[in-house]
Amino acid sequence: MSNVLATALSAETALDLWLAEQTDKGLLRFLTCGSVDDGKSTLIGRLLYDSQLILDDQLASLRKESRNRTTGEEGIDFSLLVDGLTAEREQGITIDVAYRFFSTDKRKFIVADTPGHEQYTRNMATGASNADLAIVLVDARKGVLTQTRRHSFILSLIGVKHVVLAVNKIDLVGYDAGVFDAIEAEYRAFAADLGFETLVAIPVSALRGDNMLAPSANMPWYRGPQLVPYLETIEVASDRVEKPLRFPVQWVNRPDLDFRGFSGTVASGVVAVGDDILIAASRKPARITRILTMDGDQPRAIAGEAVTLVLDREVDISRGDVLVHPGETPDYSNQFQARLVWMNDEQAIPGRSYLLKLGAQLVPASITDLKFRTNVNTLEHSAAKTLELNEVGTVTIATDKPIAFDSYADNPLTGSFILIDRISNATLGAGVIEYGLRRAQNLSYQSFDVNRKVRAELKGQTPQIVWFTGLSGSGKSTVANLIEKRLTAEGKHAYILDGDNVRHGLNKDLGFTDEARVENIRRVAEVARLMADAGLIVIVSFISPFRNERRLAREIAGDVKFSEVYVNTPLEVCEARDPKGLYAKARRGEISNFTGISSPYEAPEAPDVVLHGAVQDPLRMADELYARIFEWGTGYTI
Amino acid sequence: MTVNGPRGLSHLKSLESESIEIFREVAASFERPVMMYSIGKDSSVLLHLARKAFFPSRIPFPILHIDTKWKFREMIEFRDRMAREHDLDLIVHTNPDGLAAGINPFDHGSAVHTDIMKTQALRQALNAGQYDAAIGGARRDEEKSRAKERIFSHRNAQHAWDPKNQRPELWRIFNTRLAPGESMRVFPISNWTELDVWTYIYAEGIEIPDLYFARRRPVVERSGTLIMVDDDRFRFNPGETAREEMIRFRTLGCYPLSGGIRSDAADLPSIIMEMQASRTSEREGRLIDSDSVGSMERKKQEGYF
Repeated sequence: MSNVLATALSAETALDLWLAEQTDKGLLRFLTCGSVDDGKSTLIGRLLYDSQLILDDQLASLRKESRNRTTGEEGIDFSLLVDGLTAEREQGITIDVAYRFFSTDKRKFIVADTPGHEQYTRNMATGASNADLAIVLVDARKGVLTQTRRHSFILSLIGVKHVVLAVNKIDLVGYDAGVFDAIEAEYRAFAADLGFETLVAIPVSALRGDNMLAPSANMPWYRGPQLVPYLETIEVASDRVEKPLRFPVQWVNRPDLDFRGFSGTVASGVVAVGDDILIAASRKPARITRILTMDGDQPRAIAGEAVTLVLDREVDISRGDVLVHPGETPDYSNQFQARLVWMNDEQAIPGRSYLLKLGAQLVPASITDLKFRTNVNTLEHSAAKTLELNEVGTVTIATDKPIAFDSYADNPLTGSFILIDRISNATLGAGVIEYGLRRAQNLSYQSFDVNRKVRAELKGQTPQIVWFTGLSGSGKSTVANLIEKRLTAEGKHAYILDGDNVRHGLNKDLGFTDEARVENIRRVAEVARLMADAGLIVIVSFISPFRNERRLAREIAGDVKFSEVYVNTPLEVCEARDPKGLYAKARRGEISNFTGISSPYEAPEAPDVVLHGAVQDPLRMADELYARIFEWGTGYTI
Repeated sequence: MTVNGPRGLSHLKSLESESIEIFREVAASFERPVMMYSIGKDSSVLLHLARKAFFPSRIPFPILHIDTKWKFREMIEFRDRMAREHDLDLIVHTNPDGLAAGINPFDHGSAVHTDIMKTQALRQALNAGQYDAAIGGARRDEEKSRAKERIFSHRNAQHAWDPKNQRPELWRIFNTRLAPGESMRVFPISNWTELDVWTYIYAEGIEIPDLYFARRRPVVERSGTLIMVDDDRFRFNPGETAREEMIRFRTLGCYPLSGGIRSDAADLPSIIMEMQASRTSEREGRLIDSDSVGSMERKKQEGYF
């Protein structure tokens, strides 16, 4: 710019021009992977030097420090620019991600520099999470190493799409095209499955400057781009604007009672005044009436813009809610599969409760299943019970309440999360979501309380009450038992309530007076109703001789499907069977109020099914009834 | 996913959005946040961003200035005017013990003065306010040890930074959880460079103290550093007198500790151009850093910003 300024233009005009230039400049964030041995520090130092970012005072001390070290023509050991961490090492400070800034005429750059060997996976994942591109450094003398593979796997895991393979120290192999070609071919074969959108290999010498800025005279065989010009021009513009709208509400903006806005940054897509939107969790609709900033209202906001939205109606929205367009809704669920990078000495244990933060959503969560661990060096999967520091695992995560999310591949900002220790508050791990489990996009979670419908869907059946009535010995229990067996064999969940399991427990305090009989039926009906609410098919097998009692039972059942089955077996047949000898006792007067003998039986006026116990085979009756139960179940609104 | 602007957003706009997001995260996540205000250009940008983040609401936390009582007089006037114009909840704190002991940069040197009147004063104010988050204007490009500072930087109950125990910071997900007594330092303009700050001030028309602009000011020159004689507390060495020179300041602090530079840059465009052409690093004029090697790292561990 100094050339421009040297002209006679007034300062203001020159600055305007230059500022316009600055504004057009893009910003590229990249990550460098490789160890000090590969020349990473030298490479970054060279970039800083070439972009003339090294100031006079720094340069002077650098030249002094560079004596007795390997230097390029400039007499400088570039690695010193970056490795000024000696003092920190002595103090035992964890060497982790450092961010460095430089710019050229065309672009601004932020470099995430992740030195350190022990914490490499953790630091690389951190640096990669905000990088558009990665430079993978390889020493030309050593070629693709285990470490190269590990770096590339982490890049792929975090979703870095653009990779430069910098084959460094090419001068030390005599600028040999064969060496370069072999390394490039090996790396391309390995990286084929890693999902990189662009991959370019460049032979360089960071120390000597070959292929850094301009084509190297030492490598006439190389026709590809040079490193800096490539970084200046590569197109990495994300397609965030084209993706579905995700607006995570970060802060409810309420200066006074007259204004209520929702502040946040558009994570993806575009939102415009007049748009109909939905709240991802509650599915409640609203319309955008204003998009505010301190610079004034604007008609639309695109991905990356921090704005405040105003809606046309009062809706319950709080921090963590995500505003989306109808028809483009995210997953809303409490379970998903994810890949997890563990970042703490405290190992990951399935079942332990953590806090999960995704966007502005913070919920308790746990790992429900650790499917496998991926060896970052070999990419092999192995079974694992825990994850240690720097290990990568594929897991199922369950959150205590549903959250809105996307798969990381679809939307990195709404598909990534961290896990936080509930006691130390340390950041334990970082995850990327592969897919939601129990896909629930179409379910209305607004009313998602656990209810009969939900339990029934879980069991895949229609809960109902099948109420048997008939004389003692009519065959009720025989048929009921066959039905229960048949239902169970078909994978349904059924339960029989009869005199045997109720009279001995729940109702053992009841006698056989009329009041006691009514109370007996009332209790049984209430229990049947509860069981149906739990999603069961309840088979009640009681003589229940009085119409009023049966009507009471039907009323108690409320909106549960209730069917009355009348086992119509003549008294003489029942008395002849007398399986428990009760009729005999009753005849002898040893049992009072015995239905059919000393107490009346009121036959149903309009039963749903009549079974003729005297003439039909019990199995046939069960078959018939099973068909009817199935029929009652289908089409019935639970 | 990064500040790399999606189509249509300039890099300044992207940086602005990122900072606004950080401000809102603080307001939403902490009980008692506070914003450090040093009156310099970075603080001016910080204040502007905070106003943008919460508009049309007021900034929902107080603004804290640690007054060493040795700031340029003009800085204090500027501070009070900003507080009035932007309806700020301004808190000013001076270390009462240091004040009583008469601590000053002339008698006690920059290290002692800065420690007592700035570092300790800050700690007092943070304790008194029971703030759980303190927002500052530090940038990663300023100095080597800042390059790996987190945006949300965890401090223990003694306000100390434990570099061995930093939380990894991925994507834009910030872990804001604290145990009782602990606090967070938050740096919303971490990813800005000095040039970004200046171009943003220009583009947004942000007001900064006049001390940044070249004016004729009374100065004395000591070992190559130009010190402005801002009030009658100035201690002249024998034979020393103030002379008028056209100077400006690149950083503002206590006037006896802030070195000015000779310059003709009397307006913003000239400053930016001069800065672009200059070949010395920004902190060179800050005398506190040259007292001892690695001083920034140490100061940070002690709680200095």
